[in-house]
Amino acid sequence: MKEIRFHGRGGQGAVTAAEMIAIAAFEDGRFSQAFPAFGVERRGAPVLAFARINDKPIRMRSQVYEPDYVIVQDVTLLDVVNVTGGLKPDGKIIINTDKDASAIKLNTEAEVVTIDATRIAIETLGRPIVNTTMLGAFCGATKEIKLESLEKSILTRFSGSLGEKNIHAIRTAYERVVK
Amino acid sequence: MKMMAKEELSLKERMARMKVVEGSYAVANAVKCCSPDVICAYPITPQTHIVEHLSQFVADGELDSEFLTVDSEFSAMSSLVGASAAGARCYSSTSSQGLALMWEVLYNASGMRLPIVMTVANRALSAPLNIWNDQQDSVGARDSGWIQLYAEDVQEAADAIPQAYKIAEDPEILTPVMVCMDGFILTHVYEPVELLSVEEVERFLPPYRPKHILDPENPKTFGAFADPSYFTELRYMQWEAHRRALKKIETVAREFAEQFGRWYGGLIDTYQADDAEVVIVTMGSVIGTIKDCIDEMRSEGLKVGLVKIRSYRPFPTEALRKALKDAEVVAVIEKDVTVGNEGALLTDLKAALYNTPTRIPVIGFPAGLGGRDITVRDIRRVVDKTIAARDTGIESEMEFLGLREDLL
Repeated sequence: MKEIRFHGRGGQGAVTAAEMIAIAAFEDGRFSQAFPAFGVERRGAPVLAFARINDKPIRMRSQVYEPDYVIVQDVTLLDVVNVTGGLKPDGKIIINTDKDASAIKLNTEAEVVTIDATRIAIETLGRPIVNTTMLGAFCGATKEIKLESLEKSILTRFSGSLGEKNIHAIRTAYERVVK
Repeated sequence: MKMMAKEELSLKERMARMKVVEGSYAVANAVKCCSPDVICAYPITPQTHIVEHLSQFVADGELDSEFLTVDSEFSAMSSLVGASAAGARCYSSTSSQGLALMWEVLYNASGMRLPIVMTVANRALSAPLNIWNDQQDSVGARDSGWIQLYAEDVQEAADAIPQAYKIAEDPEILTPVMVCMDGFILTHVYEPVELLSVEEVERFLPPYRPKHILDPENPKTFGAFADPSYFTELRYMQWEAHRRALKKIETVAREFAEQFGRWYGGLIDTYQADDAEVVIVTMGSVIGTIKDCIDEMRSEGLKVGLVKIRSYRPFPTEALRKALKDAEVVAVIEKDVTVGNEGALLTDLKAALYNTPTRIPVIGFPAGLGGRDITVRDIRRVVDKTIAARDTGIESEMEFLGLREDLL
């Protein structure tokens, strides 16, 4: 079973991102689960969401304490939240920042992947909403879900030109991480 | 009792029928498939999404129901009492303070023998204010005369809706049913679910044709005054209806399994319990975590099993006696506590075993109160403490799981 933890701020769509991964993984023929760390939602406050992916039905309902992957949507969270807590040494942490991975100092043996998702989101969506862009980076960095499944899952939530723009954002992030 | 569907579907076949949806959506869809005549509910976290989806179905013309908007949960249940007495199939949903506000109307609905179905998205009761999950709300309503079913996952919470109507509307039962699902944990999770369809549910659930309704052409009284010479008998008849429901709940679960290929247990279900020395008894969404934990402990040679309570009211006394007769020690994990005594399920279970030859330690663990996460480590602690009670005697009959001594 692969476990994913999302760190975001209220309004950045961390919960939606977790749902999109669950839908995409299921599209790939695997079982999945996504849920928020149920807080009292306030815009800007640190929020958590979780996803699980497995080859058999998922029964576990506790929160994720030892994630395989961590997605950080907002680099300012690094100063206020222990984003690497419990992260497996062979795992990956994907951070939205304009800095190079080597410039990020974190207390983890896991691989650090950085992506300037805010810039990509502004360029493709016209708004600094990074959740879908970060999913593209996750997909490229982990290969845990297929890009086309992710795109399909995005289209269940965003239709028309908004859907197309989001897919463009995802592909851009995916390609940047892959190369 | 184990139950196999007539035609057992492979995982691949089942996956082809599944869709990843939010728990609340799956439940709202199940309600839609039962075509209730009247829906009345007041929004409260974490139940809100269920009602939002239903109101959307009605607005979109997908569901032909009277959707009543009212000022409170008290009015919501009161409206349904009137609608149900007039012969309508009725649905509501609530949580926590909302259920508390319905209190006196809960007794009216069951006393008038009205087969209303309601989802309770379980949440802690104030004070202190807390929006998160435990089961204090519905456990507190255990004596209200309603049948109470508890769901382990989203699929079960949704599938329990048509089953609840079939149980409630049986002329031999005529008793309202609460389907309890853990708030947030099940209402807000996205997971693969086989969504019910109207056609399938129509084949499973007959139309509601009540014998006695409020009708100006044929005047009758519901909930009339009963003086001391009648009251006991009316309570006795409710009590008898619950006794009949013990069988009906099993029958309906079996009928559902035959048609849909999904089985959650009748009154109870068991997991690895046949040769288990240590048996955990619980209800609700923590069961999944416990099952994973049991697999882990079994691989280490620990003989741990699970008994899941699906029907809390009527209480499955006989089924539990049978399931626990060979156990060496029992742990009860429950998301409630009766302040001034102990966990409600712990008391009920000990009472069920008392007049039997089964003399084993039963230890209680109130857990997950106000949304405290229940982890694999917590379950292991329960098992360790329970084994210690068996081997060296009972040190304490009850322990608040994960109590933070540093805050006391």
